Amino acid sequence: MDVSQYLEIFIEETKEHLQTLNEQLLVLEKEPDNSETINEIFRAAHSLKGMAGTMGYKRMQRLTHDMENVFSEVRAGKMTVSAELIDIVFQCLDALEEYLDNIVNNSDEGTNDNEPIIQRLNAVLNGESATVPAPAKEAAPASVQTAVADVPAGDDEKFRNYKLADFESKAAREAVKKGMHLYGITVYIEESCILKSARAFLIFKNLEPLGDIIRSVPSVQDIEDERFEFDFTMYMISGKSLETIKATILNVSEIKSVAIKEVNVDDYATDSPGNNASAVATVDSTEVGATSKSSQAPAKKADSGSGKPATSGGSKPVVNRSVRVDIEKLDVLMNLVSELIIAKNGIVSASDAETSSTTQAVREQVEYLENITTNLHESVMKVRMVPIESVVNRFPRMIRDLSKKLDKKMELYMSGEDTELDRTVIDEIGDPLMHILRNSADHGLESAEIRAERGKPEVGSIFLDAYQDGNNVVIEVRDDGNGIDVEKVKAKAVEKGVITQEQSDLMDDKEAVALLFRPSFSTAEKISDVSGRGVGLDVVKTKIEGLGGNIEVRTELGVGSTFIIRLPLTLAIIQSLMVVVGGEKYAIPLSAIQTIEDIAKTDIKHVREKEVINLRGEVIPIIRLSEVLDIESTNTTDNLVVVIVKKGDKQAGLVVDELIGQLEIVIKSLGKYMNNCKQISGATILGDGEVALILDANALL
Amino acid sequence: MDDIQKLEGAVKKLDAAQYIIATIGNEQFGIDISYIDNIVRMQRITRVPKTQKYFKGVINLRGVVIPVMSLRLKFGLEEIEDTNATRIIIIKPDNVTPLGVIVDSVVEVLTLDEADMDKPDNTDPRMQHIAMIAKHGDDLISILNIPSLTVDKE
Repeated sequence: MDVSQYLEIFIEETKEHLQTLNEQLLVLEKEPDNSETINEIFRAAHSLKGMAGTMGYKRMQRLTHDMENVFSEVRAGKMTVSAELIDIVFQCLDALEEYLDNIVNNSDEGTNDNEPIIQRLNAVLNGESATVPAPAKEAAPASVQTAVADVPAGDDEKFRNYKLADFESKAAREAVKKGMHLYGITVYIEESCILKSARAFLIFKNLEPLGDIIRSVPSVQDIEDERFEFDFTMYMISGKSLETIKATILNVSEIKSVAIKEVNVDDYATDSPGNNASAVATVDSTEVGATSKSSQAPAKKADSGSGKPATSGGSKPVVNRSVRVDIEKLDVLMNLVSELIIAKNGIVSASDAETSSTTQAVREQVEYLENITTNLHESVMKVRMVPIESVVNRFPRMIRDLSKKLDKKMELYMSGEDTELDRTVIDEIGDPLMHILRNSADHGLESAEIRAERGKPEVGSIFLDAYQDGNNVVIEVRDDGNGIDVEKVKAKAVEKGVITQEQSDLMDDKEAVALLFRPSFSTAEKISDVSGRGVGLDVVKTKIEGLGGNIEVRTELGVGSTFIIRLPLTLAIIQSLMVVVGGEKYAIPLSAIQTIEDIAKTDIKHVREKEVINLRGEVIPIIRLSEVLDIESTNTTDNLVVVIVKKGDKQAGLVVDELIGQLEIVIKSLGKYMNNCKQISGATILGDGEVALILDANALL
Repeated sequence: MDDIQKLEGAVKKLDAAQYIIATIGNEQFGIDISYIDNIVRMQRITRVPKTQKYFKGVINLRGVVIPVMSLRLKFGLEEIEDTNATRIIIIKPDNVTPLGVIVDSVVEVLTLDEADMDKPDNTDPRMQHIAMIAKHGDDLISILNIPSLTVDKE
């Protein structure tokens, strides 16, 4: 079978499974008895094995197979989760990642057998299961296959197990009277099949013209959602012969076998009065029994999205449906939407122009069209935004490994993983963040002895916080470690000839810290393989500046350091308040706004020639936007609309002429040709195609 | 629309470049067609405060915000009312970032031979944005030095 067409799917899904395994393994390390997690790991390993096997990656398959064996033992309660086991499995994951890398680069898994890892895995398996009677070990790995093997009396005609409901058997009887046949069919799909539901769908589609499928187990919906193992059963009424139907089914590729038989309605009917209720119950329980094993598979999918183990297995899994889309296609879509808006605006103005001849109905439809285009525009724009989670979710694993490698106890705390950034920025930000985290772990956090001496908790903390701040997304990496020893940095810089002794004497702390971002500068006394090769922070800085952002360090010796990365929301969507100044529309980012006040002109006081207002006991300077923006104010009333903005502890009141309302806007750059006024941070396109400028509240203060 | 038809109707010759001929006042200017992205009618321009005087502001062209400069103001000429013939020519001076320039009208597409062109007197400051002067019949056409438009020498 040619599988190259599936390569992309394989790579993406393998990545997802590996991420799930990493996350769940971290959970398991902390809660070795979490059965939900064990199941999850088992399922991910099992899926990986199946996928690798189908694609013909034998080494990968072997490794995952052994991994699955271990977890099936654990799942069966025959083995306990030890620290050693977790370590080995993490090594497995690394080896699998290596295979995957090779596959991505040359469509081949490479030649590394990873024999030592497999041996260790088997050693753990044998060592631990030595106490377990021998047959159990044989049986356990096959537990998934038992779902198929469970069928009584070695019969693959599973349809014997199900009954028809009332209306179904009635329909069947009618049909049989007309000379049609009722067939019971159980289809077995090859276990290597990747797109089970698609195969099933093809079967349904091909059978449709031949007759009516009156019942399927599991239900069509479940089959579509891949909530079944490798077989499904259906009852069909058809005038065609058994052979025709069988041939039609076998025509679909990747079908292992079909059990089909003409059956007698009465054997399957449950509609004899009296035992109706109990019969229905039987149907249900059989159905549950047959699908309970398979229902675990989709549960895994739902969980992998959230990254956290579900609390109970009883609830219905919520499948996170997603599609991967080429970003260029999105750009095309975005441009089309923009053109649609322009065309719509044309219709709007045309229908306005001919008020007399335009009917009410036309105007209503135009309004409706306006609504749709606006919503469409917004949705398309949102598609490009990706939560930062997709980058940071691999860090807990990294910190865990660093902790072992550096022999320091540390914990990573993350917040704001749902902060959204443009896709292009997301792709670039991973490496710089990794560098900084490594820096914190290696140079930042002290060794256990020093921490104890300083009275700090034994376990070092590293925090990664992401949040949106005005037109920026800020990512802070903070540690409670040693902080940066400014004197040491200076001494090192002098020693390396980066600066002279005189320069060093004149330098303040901030400048000294900036030295860290010079190329080829590392303060680590010892070069470890974690960080400290002198290629860290300058690369980080270059990368972040390349994205139009900046990086800043705050540090206190003995207390810790904070690296603050600011990234612009070049294509980000922000909430803003739309205002009118001198007839022009402007957007003020909502994040900067505190309140909106209506102030009488007579309430304006003057303090040292500056206009201020006294707002609930606070003196706030006011800024007349019309003056800043070189335009005549159109406000002729006795009251001023004042938008109170803040930056840090500074506040100011921006005087505007009129408020329009809140709007979600996309920030667009003004390009590089204009000398931009620093109070304008960008522009946005309004629903009617008009351009409005975005005020940078920070720059106004 | 008619502009585009003209573009399409133009016959491409080897060894010679094609130019869009635009007018400002009674002068004719040529813009190398390879810089040109689009030609659009005058539309609503959003003023940008505190920028160079010759920038009239920004427009939205299919979802892209494009700065628009008035060539009249850039060349130190007086402003006139927009007419039905006024056009914004969207050019890409660096082949990436678009820029709109406002001209009084767009006349035609011409294929001009380098042999019919002279270098302008480059000591004259008024010539700083003119790359060449081309002769076409009795007319003189100033070929714009597009990359120089984005350089500020005020």
